[in-house]
Amino acid sequence: MIRLEPRRSHSQAMVYLSPVLAIVMTLVVGGVIFAFMGKNPLEALYTFFILPISNSYGVSELLVKATPLVIIAIGLAMGFRANVWNIGAEGQLTMGAIFGGGLALYFYDSQSVFLLPAMLVFGAIGGAFWGAIPALLRTRFNANEILTSLMLTYVATLFLSYLVHGPWRNPEGFNFPESRPFPDAGLLPIIYDGTRVHLGTAIAVLVVIAGWLLLSKSLIGFQLRVVGKAPQAARHVGFRQKRMIWFTLLLGGGLSGLAGLFEVAGPIGQLQPSISPGYGFTAIIVAFLGRLHPVGILFGGLIMALTYLGGELAQITLGLPNAVTGLFQGILLFFLLACDVLTKYRIRFGSIAAKGRTA
Amino acid sequence: MNTSFMKRTLTAVVATGALALGMGAAQAEDVKVGFVYVGPIGDHGWSYRHDIGRQAIEKELGDAASTSYVESVPEGADAERVIRQMAQTGHNLIFTTSFGYMNPTEKVAKQFPNVKFEHATGYKRADNLSTYAARFYQGRYVAGVIAGKMTKSNTIGYVGSFPIPEVVRGINAFMLGAWSVNPDVKVKIVWANTWYDPGKEGDAAKALIDQGADIMVQHTDSPAPLQVAENRGVLGFGQASDMIKFAPKAQLTAIVDNWDKYYVERAKAVADGTWESIDTWGGIDSGMVEMAPYTNMPDDVKALAEEVEAKISSGELHPFTGPIYDQAGELRIKEGEMAEDGMLLGMDWYIKGIDAELPK
Repeated sequence: MIRLEPRRSHSQAMVYLSPVLAIVMTLVVGGVIFAFMGKNPLEALYTFFILPISNSYGVSELLVKATPLVIIAIGLAMGFRANVWNIGAEGQLTMGAIFGGGLALYFYDSQSVFLLPAMLVFGAIGGAFWGAIPALLRTRFNANEILTSLMLTYVATLFLSYLVHGPWRNPEGFNFPESRPFPDAGLLPIIYDGTRVHLGTAIAVLVVIAGWLLLSKSLIGFQLRVVGKAPQAARHVGFRQKRMIWFTLLLGGGLSGLAGLFEVAGPIGQLQPSISPGYGFTAIIVAFLGRLHPVGILFGGLIMALTYLGGELAQITLGLPNAVTGLFQGILLFFLLACDVLTKYRIRFGSIAAKGRTA
Repeated sequence: MNTSFMKRTLTAVVATGALALGMGAAQAEDVKVGFVYVGPIGDHGWSYRHDIGRQAIEKELGDAASTSYVESVPEGADAERVIRQMAQTGHNLIFTTSFGYMNPTEKVAKQFPNVKFEHATGYKRADNLSTYAARFYQGRYVAGVIAGKMTKSNTIGYVGSFPIPEVVRGINAFMLGAWSVNPDVKVKIVWANTWYDPGKEGDAAKALIDQGADIMVQHTDSPAPLQVAENRGVLGFGQASDMIKFAPKAQLTAIVDNWDKYYVERAKAVADGTWESIDTWGGIDSGMVEMAPYTNMPDDVKALAEEVEAKISSGELHPFTGPIYDQAGELRIKEGEMAEDGMLLGMDWYIKGIDAELPK
């Protein structure tokens, strides 16, 4: 029998090294897989991880792709630290896009400079509102937020689908399911000409800094960590768990909603049936890849974004199938979890004598 | 070679059309064709058929053309990047094969005036952006005729994707065909709200068969509804490709998308410099819409189906010939008149007699 035995103390350095180690092992295994597929492993890895960011346009696209992932993951990480498992960021993202985007559609001929700020606020409110429902159900009825937040994702997606097929359909769009294009006043300004890097990317950086300050310098950040690590102790000193649940779900929802608004007011420019290729779910991986730490999440988001861009280029230039992208993401997560486990536990090949030692 | 490549890159970057024209005339250009697919090429339906078309280019043009594709590209912010990457990596003809790619295709087309773009099922065109689609409603009319003859319960089960004009038009055409041979036919429609989700599509088919449907029609891309029909011992139609191997006892025919000829023609046009921006809506006569072999039906039904197919192909029969009323009883197409393409393209109403409400 193979057993896992907790290490009495684990190296702090390994906590931060394990993502790096996981990435290195992913590269090695990826290279082997490419070799088996009959491709030159070095060329394939180059195409996958270097070529996408070998020019300024590629870097700009990396930032555009990472923006929603980072913003959402930071919100989620706060909750995960406090053992609040918000799995429904995708739905909160969608509601943010609906709330903020709806405003742009209502004022579709507006040129007001107040439109965009109002959209940002509405987007955050929409997402927070969608996060508030699982919070209410959890604190009032003790309903598991994993299930409720996940199920609400489907409600949000179908609601968006209803809106763009019905009442919000573009009257000049031949009955196709998409809204009017947003007015210029409702689009995020582009930061660098000739790219798609928009204001949302800059805000994502601010979110990283704010998240870091919140976690390391504020009382509520301290409470989050204590509630997550030692719920008994937290109760003892009077930290209110319900308040943590509300705080993290509203924050996670609000940030997801903001990310959703950035997508529709940024690269997409209108509402349509599909506005996110699953950013809300991918952000969960990003949060853990980044050790639930805002700065780590920034890097995690960039790496995850890179796998998408690399996957596209690998298809275009090497004729590799799209499944390679998912494969890479899966291997990365696998090694990350494996490294984590081995950092905190040691493997024992279980004889009875070994069992005795653990006691 | 190297300098010509540099020049070409340069022309793409600064977009000086004159230089590009001069080079095009000097030597026949190698064609590099890119495809953007919304689903996996293994969907056995929509994207699969486009990929068959891509392979036809490789076969027909041989060394003169090379092709590449990106599959499962979401219809959101990602599409623009993928299309742009293709334009940047030297592709001179790019097919974007889903409606949701319309706006990104238009955007990238503006930035790369020397690259030719072709967008399937959309309506935005430019000097370097063509549109193309197929008149699948013709095939659905033929399917309707067969269903009208073959149904015993007089109940048709219809799995729809989204209530967009393409799908609504298909339902209307199907029912017009069915009623032309059997006025008692009723249709039950379930919206799966997806183009490709075998689980959801199959569940929809099961629900419809439970409600008494003995013919299964689908406007979603996986073979799942047809497989359910096969397992439950009812009949059905394949979608986008010949799905007989998934349902040897159930498939009556399939409405096959055949892009091969069109794709080869367009790639050749780029090769010899005759490519022009056009709008194509091809039907049975053009070969774009093909009927898979008629199977699992008596000879007289098969003969009837072949006759209807031939009449539509020759133009003798137009599925939407008046008088046609909508559900509210308003006369939409006058006696003896045929529906104009504009009306068909924006069709968002059911014809009279369909006992269902169109989701708004």
